[in-house]
Amino acid sequence: MQQQGNRFFFNVDWITVLIYIALCTIGFVSIYASIPHHDPAASFDFTSSYGKQLIYIITGLILGLSILLFDGRLFNVFAPFIYGITILLLIIVLFVGRNVGGNQAWIPIGSFRLQPSEFAKFGTALLLARYVSTFNPKFRDIKSIFIAAAIVLAPLLLIMLQPDTGSALVFLAFMFPLYREGLSGYFLLIFLGMIVLFVADFLVPTYILILILTTIGGLFIYANKRKQKLIITTVLVTLVAIGYLFLVKVAYTKVLEPHQRSRIELMLGLKTDNKGAGYNVIQSQIAIGSGQATGRGFLQGTQTKYGYVPEQSTDFIFSTIGEEWGFVGCSVVIGLYIFLLLRLVNLAERQRSTFSRVYGYSVACILFFHVFINIGMTIGIIPVIGIPLPLISYGGSSLWSFTILVFIFLKLDSNRMGFI
Amino acid sequence: MEQLFNRKYVIQGLFIVVALILLAKLFYIQIFSDAAFVAAESNVLKKKFKYPARGAILDRNMKVIVQNEPVYDLMVIPNEVKEFDTLALANALEMTIDDVHKSLKKAKAKSNYQSTPFSKQISVQSYARLQEILYRFPGFSTQDRTIRHYPDSVAGQLFGYVKEVSQTDIDKSEGYYRPGDYIGKSGLERSYEDVLRGEKGVVNTVYDVHNTPQGSYAQGKYDINAVSGDRLISGIDIEVQKLGEELMQNKVGAVVAIEPATGEIISLVSSPGYDPNILVGKGFGNNYMDFIVGNPYRPSLVRPIQGYYPPGSSFKPIDALIALQEGVIDPNMTFNCPGYYMAGNHKVKCEHVDGNISMRRGIARSCNTYFCHVFQKLITKNGMKNQRQTYQDWRDKVAKFGFGAKLDIDMPFERKGYFYNADHYDKIYGKRWGYTTVISQAIGQGEITATPLQIANAMAVIANRGYYIKPHLIKGIGDKKLVKKEYVTKNYVDVDPKYFEPVIDGMQDAVNTAWGTAVLSRIPDIMMCGKTGTVQNPHGKNHSVFIGFAPRDNPKIAIAVIVENAGYGSTYAAPIASYMVEKYLKRSVTGARASQIEWMKAQNLLPPLIDKKNKTKLSKADSLAVKKIDSVKRVKDSLKIKSAVIKQSVSTKPAKSKPATINSTKPETR
Repeated sequence: MQQQGNRFFFNVDWITVLIYIALCTIGFVSIYASIPHHDPAASFDFTSSYGKQLIYIITGLILGLSILLFDGRLFNVFAPFIYGITILLLIIVLFVGRNVGGNQAWIPIGSFRLQPSEFAKFGTALLLARYVSTFNPKFRDIKSIFIAAAIVLAPLLLIMLQPDTGSALVFLAFMFPLYREGLSGYFLLIFLGMIVLFVADFLVPTYILILILTTIGGLFIYANKRKQKLIITTVLVTLVAIGYLFLVKVAYTKVLEPHQRSRIELMLGLKTDNKGAGYNVIQSQIAIGSGQATGRGFLQGTQTKYGYVPEQSTDFIFSTIGEEWGFVGCSVVIGLYIFLLLRLVNLAERQRSTFSRVYGYSVACILFFHVFINIGMTIGIIPVIGIPLPLISYGGSSLWSFTILVFIFLKLDSNRMGFI
Repeated sequence: MEQLFNRKYVIQGLFIVVALILLAKLFYIQIFSDAAFVAAESNVLKKKFKYPARGAILDRNMKVIVQNEPVYDLMVIPNEVKEFDTLALANALEMTIDDVHKSLKKAKAKSNYQSTPFSKQISVQSYARLQEILYRFPGFSTQDRTIRHYPDSVAGQLFGYVKEVSQTDIDKSEGYYRPGDYIGKSGLERSYEDVLRGEKGVVNTVYDVHNTPQGSYAQGKYDINAVSGDRLISGIDIEVQKLGEELMQNKVGAVVAIEPATGEIISLVSSPGYDPNILVGKGFGNNYMDFIVGNPYRPSLVRPIQGYYPPGSSFKPIDALIALQEGVIDPNMTFNCPGYYMAGNHKVKCEHVDGNISMRRGIARSCNTYFCHVFQKLITKNGMKNQRQTYQDWRDKVAKFGFGAKLDIDMPFERKGYFYNADHYDKIYGKRWGYTTVISQAIGQGEITATPLQIANAMAVIANRGYYIKPHLIKGIGDKKLVKKEYVTKNYVDVDPKYFEPVIDGMQDAVNTAWGTAVLSRIPDIMMCGKTGTVQNPHGKNHSVFIGFAPRDNPKIAIAVIVENAGYGSTYAAPIASYMVEKYLKRSVTGARASQIEWMKAQNLLPPLIDKKNKTKLSKADSLAVKKIDSVKRVKDSLKIKSAVIKQSVSTKPAKSKPATINSTKPETR
């Protein structure tokens, strides 16, 4: 109470703020570069995408700083309420939403469009933190796992209905905070195993996979032939895995949309389509690859300048960075993200309150999913999943939602000595 | 709790591993592989070629004989075309509205975004009309380029023609030619293609994703300016060439005139010829079929370098020279001519009975008997048993005059003629052959054939008293006037210069004395030396041949004239040669000889045609009637065939020729 004038900003982790500002600046510069046909003589244009992004950044910063003015305890208290609102918005958007690019994801408010799925992320993070901090479950019992899963799956499924698979997938990131809070590591392994089997199912004939799985299972049983319980589990796991293989085949053709199938096939190299569905990824990779070590230089990227990469200022913004700043620029951006993620995790670990810790992990892991999926997509190691690159991609909703995510955590962190 | 705290490292570790995976892939596509860089360049960069002007060709008096003429193409970029007044465009181009739609469709099929020809080689009038209204037709533009023009309308086979490259040309050029480029296909245009074509320029333009040009690439750093083709200076005297073609009109044959001291070709007439301008631009296809393929006298055969003729009597001076060099005769040695020569029981006839005859008179009178004796002496000089080897030695000595091998003229498709080695006769006769077997070669008949170029070249050897320089058409390439090394090298025939004079004496007499065979072709004030030949032709009437050079001292021109199926050498070939020599040396032919020229031009000696299918003989009128007369009218009257058509349609005179006689294998020369 002595430092009256500095009360609100006391203990704020300014390093994170600096990284935040650095990433936003990189975003602005990249969006500026992504506009084709630059007229060097033209004055600054606030109606253009880079002009709007500058407004978003400034308002985002104001928003972030004003979050720091709140009492951190409010977020804990209002968590269910905020979660409720975001769920409501996700339902509303299904009825009144504006259809943009096949997704019913936007609620038009005047000239502005709100994307509820972006805000659902911090609503979910808050409620999950609240649940874990209140009941302190160790996720050893089915009930607590079920409740946590419900909190995450509710928005996830609603977003799937839009249908915005990309944004929905991000909610899988909540697995990591739960893991940190005691969820068995097997869940992560099963999740990893599912991805591996999914990919393998396309690349290797199914009967060979079955052969491999039974061999591994058999060897495992042989090594543990005294432990009857383990043998039963192994048999079950092997059978489930084999069943999963067939399920994948069926689900792939029955559930996934044709464009999603082709994106997966393109990513796995099962087909090439440089003009159609593969065009984005190919042009994005050409742009990034042509940047070589040090890049073509600001505004010098031909892929960028002459409009060869569609969606370049939003989902494919990383290709601008890759082309104009090269491997060095890419490394700097990835380095900044990793530094931010590691720092967020370290900050989360120093919290006394479980609420702050769970929330901190959630923020870090959501950011991680976004960064990994988005960059992975632009360089062709992940199928095209349209989610933005945090703080860099063009767009107000996404920028503000990340701002809110990060600054709420900074506020909680500044209160870390207190008990919420 | 302690354990759960450690899970932080699992999560942080995962972050780092994933970051490393991303960086690894980035390293691969950005640094390790340059495929993406290449792909990016090919995305935006398009090369546009600038076509250089083709090199001009000058004659020996620096008159331009091959040049370029501008033509205009109307180009269109289909996707820039808005709705337009098709009628106005059709009127300006003098085409129908249907054609406008068709052309547009065709252009669209080629490319929607690239500038594509809409109408090629539009007339100057159309071009002028278009310039005023073109602004009303967005997407259309005019493009000028040049085509070949041959101001004198002569020497079609000599100049050759230029045509769009074929796929084979493109494949062979290792990337130089692209579809739509032009290439010299025959004649000089072909043999000097490398220097005439110049160097293509390149403009690198950057295009955006909509294929709209965005300016030059790297400030034009990698652009290349087009370099015009080199100018060629030829040895051709276009006035002499023109006279030669006029004299040879309505005749089949060839004329080759060479400047002996340099090997430069002054004139190269292949008859029937054609106007090279008919094979330029729009009309190429039709004209090629009508006038080249469709002409029964095969103008596609470049007779001076591809036609095979027995050298006939023109071979006799060479016999004499070698015999003198070998020492088997001396100029005063005489042989008795009873009007024939008996080679075993084989009789070689002579046109006259001269009694004892020496070399000078033997040449002047073209005595077969004399030269058969000379040949007998040449082949038997090492004894009857060594005739095979002696024949081979003789053959090699004659070959030094340029027979039996290509002379490497700077024109494509030269042929080498036949002049057999001893092996050839071994195959036919075994070991049992001797001078009597090959006696026809003594008088340039039988198995030996030569191109008119080779015959003219042999004359240049005599004019030079013992050497020749390979005959060539181009004496200077480009501003530095370069010339190939082989075209300045003297090729000696290994006959001592002193032996030439007695031979030349005989040739002088042939033209300049009362008893000479070509006395009617004597040129006032110019001492021409020459030799007539009447080449026995197994397929029809004898060929009329004349070879010669002038003046006797310090000769300026050596010439060979062959008129197929024209009979005696003195009647046609010799006068034609004399007019051309006079024209070359005096720049004009005057007096009575000027009117003789007109008479000669008017002579129609076209041989009758044989319908190969029915084996019947067509009259000239019949064969020419096959050709479309209206198609002939489209071309300038320089085309020789036209006058033939008119002449035939006017004249009621029956076809001049008799059926071909394929009777005697006995050579008859005069």
